[in-house]
Amino acid sequence: MYSKMLSLRFPKKIVNEPVAVNLVKKFDLSFNILKATIYPRKEGFMVLELSGHRKNFQKGVRYLKGLGIKVESIGQDIKRDEETCFQCGACTAVCPTGALYIKRPDMEVIFDRDSCSACELCVSACPARAMKVRFDRSLLY
Amino acid sequence: MPQRRVSKTIKDINRRIKEGKAVVVTADEMTNIVKKKGPRKAAQEVDVVTTGTFAPMCSSGAFINFGHTKPATKAARVWLNGVPAYAGLAAVDGYIGATEPAEDDPLNRVHPGQFKYGGGHVIHDLVAGERVTLRATAYGTDCYPNKEFKKKVALDDLPYAVLLNPRNAYQNYNCAINLSKETIYTYMGVIKPNLGNANYSTSGQLSPLFNDPYYLTIGLGTRIFLGGAIGYVIGPGTQHNPNVKRRKNGIPLGPAGTLMVMGELKKMVPRWVAGVSMLGYGCSLAVGVGVPIPILNEEMASFTGVSDEEIHTQVVDYGNDYPKGEGTKLGQVSYAELKSGTIRFNGQDVPAVPLSSYIRALEIARILKGWIEKGDFLLSEPQELLPTASSYHKR
Ligand code: SF4
Ligand code: SF4
Repeated sequence: MYSKMLSLRFPKKIVNEPVAVNLVKKFDLSFNILKATIYPRKEGFMVLELSGHRKNFQKGVRYLKGLGIKVESIGQDIKRDEETCFQCGACTAVCPTGALYIKRPDMEVIFDRDSCSACELCVSACPARAMKVRFDRSLLY
Repeated sequence: MPQRRVSKTIKDINRRIKEGKAVVVTADEMTNIVKKKGPRKAAQEVDVVTTGTFAPMCSSGAFINFGHTKPATKAARVWLNGVPAYAGLAAVDGYIGATEPAEDDPLNRVHPGQFKYGGGHVIHDLVAGERVTLRATAYGTDCYPNKEFKKKVALDDLPYAVLLNPRNAYQNYNCAINLSKETIYTYMGVIKPNLGNANYSTSGQLSPLFNDPYYLTIGLGTRIFLGGAIGYVIGPGTQHNPNVKRRKNGIPLGPAGTLMVMGELKKMVPRWVAGVSMLGYGCSLAVGVGVPIPILNEEMASFTGVSDEEIHTQVVDYGNDYPKGEGTKLGQVSYAELKSGTIRFNGQDVPAVPLSSYIRALEIARILKGWIEKGDFLLSEPQELLPTASSYHKR
């Protein structure tokens, strides 16, 4: 399961295209629209969370780009919810950069934000779901 | 001065607790005391050793009674926040199991599934004081005609809510590796291919059943720390299996003893009952359990003196063997090695990854120690001990 927050900018001519429906039908993806606006000059802007198999996700994004839609990923900042994290260490199995590591011998799990590449692998691997993707919320308002 | 043999009773210890004189130490402190002074001296000095563990424990759940409705309902199917609860009990009783996913969860249809919300999360939300949606359907009877209802309830609104976990605090568990060529998503966490990592789940020398490996002080009625409140051991847990291979110190080499525990949900604290989602596997509940071990004699002092170097487990391949139902044991590692961060396996250094929180386990042992020192928590006399290993009597 792969999931990412995307911003889509539509040129005028394809505002009427059932893009989202095609993502579901053709690529077996699911989506959650967080914002959709059509600007006066008939350009569209949409923020959506797109999820599915990683391969399908990539195909879906290629399809969107092929239509002339500008696609950008907006979830780039990873944060740990310190209240929710219960210091188990399971996330250290997947973190490729060592941003999540265990300080020994006290076994404290440290999150070093500076070493984090925002790959998001820890987000769903954390049993407590303490690792959160933050995206630029200003895009929603 | 000749040293006398130590023999205390739980009554003696409780008297000392009430007088504020009991000496209580955490299991990791006890390890050092026994190492330095030997078990006899340690038994003379120490009255209680506190233990702790905090990890996902799938065999957990809560019995709830939601009170009668107007008109009356004999609930046949029940959901809490969309998560089905077992309703094959009396009219308004139900059991919400920790691993039950929300009814509309996509499960593993897109693998690995996220399992974002399940029974464990419902239990956590209730304990955290949140209101959850309770829905029930019924077939209707003369005495209970109503066929459906839906309402928001908070834990305080429920007439009765008890956490009753059929199996917690497993005494020892496998160390899981993956010899296949694909990443696997298991109840032991994410395991990378070709010996990418080795996952384990225990608090080692702090773990309750490693400090009383033959269950000489634990049984029905043992008062414990459960989910931040007082709870009780109510018997051996499911799969309790004392007769596994053990080392000379009594520590089993594989999954052995387990506890069935119970406690009032309304007194619990959200920090110690946390809903979890195991990627590609399912939902669960992380439960905090702490058991006080009375140091009745030298033998108990020596058991509680156990250190991570003396606790071993088996390495099992979850990539090929385990799913086939073959738990072939590929080797042994000690918890000291696992805790060091790397184990040596087949001539390769493998990163060791814990699923059980050592920091939280220590916090539990310390909280329990504080309760006993303050006189807020007295030890209880178990009415019936857990079944022990037949090898114990031959020692
Ligand atoms: S897996 Fe999650 S809960 Fe465990 S240490 Fe990492 S961030 Fe914290
Ligand atoms: S996002 Fe990637 S790099 Fe950052 S902490 Fe998580 S796993 Fe490590």
